[in-house]
Amino acid sequence: MPFVELEHVSLTYRLGKETTLALADATLGIERGEFIAVVGPSGCGKSTIMKLVTGLLPASGGDVKVAGQLVTGPIKGVGMAFQNPTLMPWRTTIGNVLLPMEVVEPHKRRFRRARAEYEARAMKLLGTVGLVDFAQKYPWQLSGGMQQRSNLCRALIHEPELLMLDEPFGALDAFTREELWGVMQALWLEKRFTGVLVTHDLREAVYLADTVYVMSRRPGRIVLSRKIDIPRPRTLATTFEPHFVDLVHELRDRIHQEHAQ
Amino acid sequence: MNGVGREVLKYAMPWLVMAALLVIWQIACIVFDIPEIILPKPTRIFAVFVMRFDVLMAYCGDTLWTTVVGFLLAIAGGLLLGLAIGASPFVYSGLYPLLIAFNAVPKVALVPILMIWVGVGSLPAVITAFVISFFPIVVNVATGLATIEPEMRDVLRSLGATRIEILTKVGIPRAMPYLFASLKVAITLAFIGSVISETVGGNNGIGFLMLSASARNDAPTTFAGLFAIAIMGVLMYAVCALVEKRMTRWAFRGEIVG
Repeated sequence: MPFVELEHVSLTYRLGKETTLALADATLGIERGEFIAVVGPSGCGKSTIMKLVTGLLPASGGDVKVAGQLVTGPIKGVGMAFQNPTLMPWRTTIGNVLLPMEVVEPHKRRFRRARAEYEARAMKLLGTVGLVDFAQKYPWQLSGGMQQRSNLCRALIHEPELLMLDEPFGALDAFTREELWGVMQALWLEKRFTGVLVTHDLREAVYLADTVYVMSRRPGRIVLSRKIDIPRPRTLATTFEPHFVDLVHELRDRIHQEHAQ
Repeated sequence: MNGVGREVLKYAMPWLVMAALLVIWQIACIVFDIPEIILPKPTRIFAVFVMRFDVLMAYCGDTLWTTVVGFLLAIAGGLLLGLAIGASPFVYSGLYPLLIAFNAVPKVALVPILMIWVGVGSLPAVITAFVISFFPIVVNVATGLATIEPEMRDVLRSLGATRIEILTKVGIPRAMPYLFASLKVAITLAFIGSVISETVGGNNGIGFLMLSASARNDAPTTFAGLFAIAIMGVLMYAVCALVEKRMTRWAFRGEIVG
């Protein structure tokens, strides 16, 4: 049974008298430990899928299940990272990374007593993304790429089973972005969480995901599900191999069809 | 002009402008032969200021005391109400319109009512200072809470944070720069409140001193009182600005990095 299941899920936004059908009929299943990517034209409800899976938004129709449980409210302990790093400027980098430990059970109860232990854990994680020397710096003293790395650390520190990424590399320059794909893949290979990446960068989707879902224009439906059979670890060199390029083209053609309609 | 000279001049500018204004004032008084009862010369005001320094200080002490008590009450009340309004849409829709209406009432109109209730003295001054400086604090704290990034809220909610946790981990730290920014406005308003109350119906404080001096046609003393209020106001403003910088360094990020 898939870890995350969406069955004929739809969502209607209501603003006053106007209603907008954001998501028409989404059905997909994500296995435990699978990394999927959702791509599609802008405004197709990609981010809506994330909010539905985490229970931040209730579905208007259909069922959302995580670990066999019907999602009715915000599910706890999910890791989330957005395009905007949303770090707290009044906390140091390590303070920001430790935030989930102060909120998520069972760490919350142990936090005061085991602070040193948790700090060591945060430092280890910061080490894997190359930020050890910046642990005591404030977010606004870091570059955009470093902020996004800290953001990923914060999303992963409590070892969530489910990680939600909403265009996390969208605001970065091309070099930093490609470097962070590698960082993200390394983290996933080590921890094997279930990942959901929303992006409009098709190379990013193919690089990181096991399965890529293409969504139609609004109201969003899933029009293509494509397994990515490229062995891991993938590298930047992989992205220039013919098979990789073919996959990207296949996805791009499907999205162009959506735009043409 | 070299760089250091420019820096020095930048800091000297307010003093230079003030000195220039006083000089113009002095010259105008002499040239147009303005009677002292209408506009005393700055030198005369300064002389009175020095001569009656102990009296002025005593009255200033009263005003400062009532202002600060009213101001502290306003911080406590404003912070609590601001947090409630910013955190709950129901409290917001219930209280915000009332607050706006209340803020539209000229506070000087409250003083006669306060005098009926609590009599003459320090208490109406404290209450007036409180009600007048309360509003900007409430509005700013509520704004600070209301402008939390939705993504930040989503991150915390998806971690399983309760409303109280979101308030303490993000809301309150986020509202602090707004609170401290409002204190600078609020302290000046608190002075206005206490002096109004002293002037309308007081038996002590600098407002009362000015009122009785003007009743005796003692313009220099009235003006000396005015200067005393201005000095107190500026000093308290400076204290608030200093506290603001100390408490919310992260909100002044540019200055620490640069």
